[in-house]
Amino acid sequence: MGNSEGAPAIAVRGLRIVRGANHVIEGLDLTVPTRQVVGLLGPSGSGKTTLMRAIVGAQIVAGGTIDVFGQPAGTAPLRRRVGYTTQTPSVYPDLTVGENLRYAAAILRVDDERVTETLGEVDLAGFGKRIVRTLSGGELSRVSLAVTLLGKPDLLVLDEPTVGLDPVLRRDLWDLFHRLRDGGASLLVSSHVMDEAVRCDRLLLMRGGAILADGTLPELLERTGAVDAEGAFLHLVDEAVAAEKGGAAA
Amino acid sequence: MTPDLTLATMRRVLSQLRHDRRTIALLIVVPMVLLGLIAWMFHSSPAPVIDQFGPVLVGFFPLLVMFIVTSVATLRERTGGTLERLMTMPLGKGDFVVGYALAFAVMALVQSVVVVLWAIWVCGMNVAGPVWLLFVVAILSAVLGCTLGLAASALARTEFQAVQLMPAFLLPQLLLCGLIMPRDQMPEVLQWISRVLPLTYAVEAMQKIAAGGGWEETRGAIGVLVLFIVGAVALATTTLRRRTE
Repeated sequence: MGNSEGAPAIAVRGLRIVRGANHVIEGLDLTVPTRQVVGLLGPSGSGKTTLMRAIVGAQIVAGGTIDVFGQPAGTAPLRRRVGYTTQTPSVYPDLTVGENLRYAAAILRVDDERVTETLGEVDLAGFGKRIVRTLSGGELSRVSLAVTLLGKPDLLVLDEPTVGLDPVLRRDLWDLFHRLRDGGASLLVSSHVMDEAVRCDRLLLMRGGAILADGTLPELLERTGAVDAEGAFLHLVDEAVAAEKGGAAA
Repeated sequence: MTPDLTLATMRRVLSQLRHDRRTIALLIVVPMVLLGLIAWMFHSSPAPVIDQFGPVLVGFFPLLVMFIVTSVATLRERTGGTLERLMTMPLGKGDFVVGYALAFAVMALVQSVVVVLWAIWVCGMNVAGPVWLLFVVAILSAVLGCTLGLAASALARTEFQAVQLMPAFLLPQLLLCGLIMPRDQMPEVLQWISRVLPLTYAVEAMQKIAAGGGWEETRGAIGVLVLFIVGAVALATTTLRRRTE
């Protein structure tokens, strides 16, 4: 990893994103440490996808800086080190699973052996000749995840990778994420399901384009006195709303 | 841009076409039927209409069809998220554009070979000039259609809009290219406009081949076609954005 050793996986400072007349994100700061699974949790519409798109360099940014491993997000050297899975599976429905992966493998310069290995990692061994269109929703999202895993990226940005999967597969995928972390990768995983908080090393709670809280689950529970992530989230939202009202009254 | 990634993109697009047999059948059968109809319509006419129109149609079909197919295909990549992910990967924008163009050039080769042989053997078309030049112009016009489609697709947000791009971009060219009315009989302003439209040169080359011209007579028009292709590739590459709203 050379010159970037020691830099955090992601460092966002003063990020502003404007869409039309809407200020989707207004002055957001956050740091994602390396070698951790960081959960980006928040309801749908809270800006999780927009933030992730900005981190991988797919989003037009109005202001602020985003550094990934110490380099500006979206620059050419990072395209090999960052893997991104979009929320809707971004694979070609009219190709086979194998053809999809081999195209990505050519771009990432990995061999056929790695393609087979990756299919095993997402529990799709033997699916190589299946046309993607004929797969179930859960299988489809795992093909899309496999494309991200192929190049063994240092940072994985995964937008709701476990949505719609059965509990067994979800557990298997979280095990895979933990193995990738143990192997040295950093992960930013979004979810609107608060239960997934227990699987993450750290949590970022997001609402209305802002980060409500940043810390480990035990820290958050202690601070809010809640029993679970959902309770902590509600407590923080109430707190933020009360602060806004207080500010308006004063 | 790197040659192996361009070729990987070409192979991927060709695999997509290979899985879509109906599209391949339409690409080949529709021009055959239309040429057949023309031959049949003018069957008893003393003028050799098929000899005149046949080569022009062989040049126009690839442009038309490849324009529509690529503008819809790239729109699908934009809306389906595949383009967004590709743009975060180490793939050059040129690899994407040129990969598409090469894939459709291969399709155009297959299309034009089948259609020209059909026109000659079944419809009784006589090509006064060299037949290989017909293939060259047909392939160039396919590549042009494909790259124009890639560039134009940036203007469309929905598939309905993408389909409308064809009448918007190609029908004016068809009216002014000299096929419907000889260009020197058009008002002067329209003659000027027709001179900056690429289809004019594809049709001009095909008309010259039909009239017995060879490389010497057509190389000017072919050169202009190549320039338009280079321009369209540059335009398509710049309208392709790594970052979007």
